[in-house]
Amino acid sequence: MKTNNTLILLGAAAIVAGCATMSAGPDVTEVIKASFQERGIAKLDRLEQTPLQKACSQADAAGKPLDAATASRLEQAALAAVKPPADGTYLGDWKEGEKIAQSGRGLQFNDTAQTVAGGNCYACHQLSKAEISFGNIGPSLYQYGKQRGVANPADPASAEIVKYTWGKLWNSHAYRACSPMPRFGDAGILTEVQLKHVMALLLDPQSPVNTP
Amino acid sequence: MKWLAYGAACAVSLAGASALAQKSAADAIADYRASLQDGNPADLNAARGAALWNKARGPKNASLQGCDLGKGPGVVAGAAASLPRYFADADAVMDVESRLVHCMVTLQGFKREELTAKPYSSDGQKATEIEDLVAFLYDESRGMPIAVPTGHPKEQQAYQRGKQIFFFRAGPYDFSCASCHSADGQRIRLQDLPNLTKTAPAQAAFAAWPAYRVSQGAVRTMQWRLYDCFRQQRMPELKYLSPASVDLIAFLGVNANGGKMAAPSIKR
Amino acid sequence: MADPMRIRAQAQGDKTTVRVLMAHEMESGQRKDSAGKVIPGWYITEVTAQHNGKTVLSAQWGGAVSKNPYLQFSFKGGKAGDKITVTWVDNRGESRSDEAVIA
Repeated sequence: MKTNNTLILLGAAAIVAGCATMSAGPDVTEVIKASFQERGIAKLDRLEQTPLQKACSQADAAGKPLDAATASRLEQAALAAVKPPADGTYLGDWKEGEKIAQSGRGLQFNDTAQTVAGGNCYACHQLSKAEISFGNIGPSLYQYGKQRGVANPADPASAEIVKYTWGKLWNSHAYRACSPMPRFGDAGILTEVQLKHVMALLLDPQSPVNTP
Repeated sequence: MKWLAYGAACAVSLAGASALAQKSAADAIADYRASLQDGNPADLNAARGAALWNKARGPKNASLQGCDLGKGPGVVAGAAASLPRYFADADAVMDVESRLVHCMVTLQGFKREELTAKPYSSDGQKATEIEDLVAFLYDESRGMPIAVPTGHPKEQQAYQRGKQIFFFRAGPYDFSCASCHSADGQRIRLQDLPNLTKTAPAQAAFAAWPAYRVSQGAVRTMQWRLYDCFRQQRMPELKYLSPASVDLIAFLGVNANGGKMAAPSIKR
Repeated sequence: MADPMRIRAQAQGDKTTVRVLMAHEMESGQRKDSAGKVIPGWYITEVTAQHNGKTVLSAQWGGAVSKNPYLQFSFKGGKAGDKITVTWVDNRGESRSDEAVIA
């Protein structure tokens, strides 16, 4: 799940013009490492950046998007690592999906290995019409399946959008490098079964996401 | 009035109903916050903190009145608005809480490990001495302009590192501070997220901490604010007074320069 | 020993507005701790306010009032320099009295 790569100095790109003459002082990665302690399930290896995390951090700090070649390379790598469901069934139960979308638990240092993680979708997205407490960091997903013409998710005509949705949940960077959305499958945040339930919330015509 | 508007929204079909319902919820939250502005229980913390500051305590049986917060020994007014800054006696950049602990160690003889072992009160517990003292120190800077210095090379380094830490994506969620705090008009659920890379929102946010959190019934300090942000980012535990925390506060403070301190404030 | 209250009293015309902030845990008696045991109730049961020794407000409170209660009330009469005394008593029999001068 984790690539352990050696940490290298952040390049000069991160140093703002005008301060080029200043002495560097302690290196930021060393400062970060010295500033955290492991607690419960949250070990220090969480501070080791993957190449993707590092590239995105540098782009964010510079205030510039990734160059097209790097973005495309990261997207292809993410897409290649998407694992489709073992049994070929993409959709579970939207009612369970709704619970997962509501829950923001899991993976914090005050959670345990037994804590059932949620997807916390509502933190960033609108989904059903009934839930008015939704964030806006991501786009509204209300009518997600309906707008994309998914009348029957099992129909081959829907296969393309079903696969895309699975990929987006598995690793959002497959379609947009440096997306702010967590890699729910790739990072092991949700189980395959949970992902199927979220898929149903998004694509099942009976789901409150797709009913008026 | 608002409920009338909401009822009308229900009569209209789906088009804007959800957005309207959400707006009325947001308005209700704004009303709730406005109604809280008077009678901030942080005043009680600040009063206790003032008494602690002036009392001879610790192994050296000394008060904190000789503490130099950057404006000279014993000068408390406005000091919190100009921190973090470089202190020659410690050869380090320090924020309010770091400097407070430094003074409690050097002047009063308390042990650093003991002071930093449990800086934050748990649910339903009495405020810690640190929380009370911090409430007092910020109360003494209320209305003062934020003026976090950048003249010393170590202050510049702290700012630069703070900026990199702000954009540092890591952990199972790939989050950084910037995931939530680098765009305008963003919300988590119904909670507005200030864009801390921009002057006005950075000023408003920096000016408001520490704050009494009604949901927790406690004063929460700036160190705690960062600590809890990193918890939600799914990072390991941020150490109290760690160099990264001071760097981040320096970054936020410099971005907020020119604002007016309004802490301790009151939040949901 | 309970912490002091913060009392502010201001006269405008013949109306005096009093704002009181009390330091009290106000444990409702309805909550459970992490072990599932009920946390015993601990809350203010009586509040009285006096203007120059004459009672202008008395209230009976319970576990439904928030932690660190904030009370605002006004009464007729009262002028700058008069004395306001506020007293609370809780269900453990602890009490606290504080004074302020009308501004």
